[in-house]
Amino acid sequence: MRKPEAMPAARAQPADRSKWVVTLPPTLFLLAFFLAPALIVVAASLRDPGEFGGLAPWPAHSFDAYRFLFGDIIYLEIFARSFFVAALTTLLCIVLAYPLAWLIARSPARRRDLLVLLVILPFASNFLVRIYAWIMLLGPANLLYTPFAVIAGMVYVHLPFMILPLYTNLEKHDPALLEAAQDLGASAWTCFWRITFPLSLPGIFSGAALVFIPVLGMFAVPELLGGTGDILIGNLIKEQFLENRDWPLGSALSIMLTVAVLALAGSAAWAARKGLHGTEAVT
Amino acid sequence: MALLEIRNITRRFAGFEAVKDVTLSIAAGEFFTLLGPSGCGKTTILRMIAGFDAPDEGDILLDGQSLAGVPPEKRPLHTVFQSYALFPHMTVAGNVAFPLEMANRSRDEIRRRVAETLALVHLTDKAAQFPHELSGGQKQRVALARGLVNKPRLLLLDEPLGALDAKLRVEMQVELIALQREVGITFVFVTHSQQEALALSHRIGVMREGRIEQCDEPDKLYTLPANRFVADFVGRINLMDVEVAASSKVLLKLKAAGLGEIAATDLRPIAVGERGAFALRPELIRVFGHRESADLKNRFEGRVKELLYLGDVTLYKVELQNGFIVEALMPNAASGRAKFHEVGDPVAVCWRQDAGVYLRN
Repeated sequence: MRKPEAMPAARAQPADRSKWVVTLPPTLFLLAFFLAPALIVVAASLRDPGEFGGLAPWPAHSFDAYRFLFGDIIYLEIFARSFFVAALTTLLCIVLAYPLAWLIARSPARRRDLLVLLVILPFASNFLVRIYAWIMLLGPANLLYTPFAVIAGMVYVHLPFMILPLYTNLEKHDPALLEAAQDLGASAWTCFWRITFPLSLPGIFSGAALVFIPVLGMFAVPELLGGTGDILIGNLIKEQFLENRDWPLGSALSIMLTVAVLALAGSAAWAARKGLHGTEAVT
Repeated sequence: MALLEIRNITRRFAGFEAVKDVTLSIAAGEFFTLLGPSGCGKTTILRMIAGFDAPDEGDILLDGQSLAGVPPEKRPLHTVFQSYALFPHMTVAGNVAFPLEMANRSRDEIRRRVAETLALVHLTDKAAQFPHELSGGQKQRVALARGLVNKPRLLLLDEPLGALDAKLRVEMQVELIALQREVGITFVFVTHSQQEALALSHRIGVMREGRIEQCDEPDKLYTLPANRFVADFVGRINLMDVEVAASSKVLLKLKAAGLGEIAATDLRPIAVGERGAFALRPELIRVFGHRESADLKNRFEGRVKELLYLGDVTLYKVELQNGFIVEALMPNAASGRAKFHEVGDPVAVCWRQDAGVYLRN
């Protein structure tokens, strides 16, 4: 399929050509299995639902899905609740993961690998099995089917995704920086807030992205551990496709979720860059 | 009263003594250097002064007050680290302001002192830059500014010039001397470079295996080393095994196997028959053609084995009759020619009676 001699830049530098050879397959893969489905979803959101699920035959199309979506306050409420749950989960993950990641990063090199292994060990068993284990844990305590159960499950599932990037970041910190800060008059508390914490922000940000976005789309945890009032966007989307058989509405919900996440990530990046420039200007 | 007093400190690490019964006294305004090979315990002493480590025995006093139990952040002294340890997320000005912020200085004072100190190290135009944007020499100067800005009683410097290239190191040495004179702060400097120690210090403590071998002014250390180790570690030197043949007041006659008698001077009463070493600096030796006569007490014949033309000087390695290879440095400026003698030439090495030092074993 690949014909190097047919490429227009046949006289390009060898390094140039090998760059193409390496990057082309993943690019094609993403085009075929990411961009194309995304466009299909956009298209599906503008069509009419079929009588027995799926989509109505071709020319029929409308903005009904979006009209319906924006016509009912309940959808906005579920969006808001989902973002709240995602934010709370992310925050709790940061608070729980930070001391753990710090502890691992400060351990002797040999023990570090073992501790990292323990963090990722839960991945060895199936995710649903582990959530069922939480049902058994929370049931006797009368906490099952409550918002608490949903948050606990979310935090449990996503904690490793916060620990690992944080650990990778903290492990790289030069201990001499803390000694220097202490030597220059900083207490342990000041050392943390002035040196360790600001330097770990990139780790926190990547961890937050790895937790926040998957939580928004997660439907298994609220479905298994949550009550009727705990459904999130993920559940809503799943329902449209599997139970209500309203593919256009499900597609429209998916698109709204994607747009919201992108807007949030974009503004966070913008704020971060502005904040950085701000500190430059101050000092 | 001495500013810093170290009294009989010993520090043990898992089975070995890194610092053995060291006593030192450093005066206010002094530039004091701890010199020694790596692993001699000099950095351990520095860390104990800074408070990152504590002696197992003995005490460290600053202004007559014991520092035992005082954490590093409460000690009125700062450290310049070998790796500089600049805070990467703060600008140059932010780094220099840090110790002032820790001391709760007012905003105005911080701004003024940071500007003053940056001017002192010629970095005013780099104030808004981040450490990763600076060259090695500039980072070094930021680290110095950060250590000096809050006017500590004592500045500790742990091999601060070690990461710089040779030319920059010499420039920084000159700056460091000027800086220390200007701010008047006491410096305790750690290095393994004898050249650096000689160039910078008021006094040098030479260390080996946890002990101070000799503590003296640079010229005393160089001309009157206390023992073989100091003689060999500080500068180039010829060390010859000798036996004392005669001793009378100032005059000393030393017998070197297969060579004959060396005339030397020594003020100490020394017993005939004692064994020791004769230490002689290469630049105090003159190399003559073997037929030339020299009006010097000590004259031994040999053959040029190697010579190294170093520009300003030529280093001759002359093999004497007993096989000992003596190193002699001859200045090149005195003569119009670059070289006096070729490899293989028979020559005579000569030196004054008071040129060398007798070292007891």
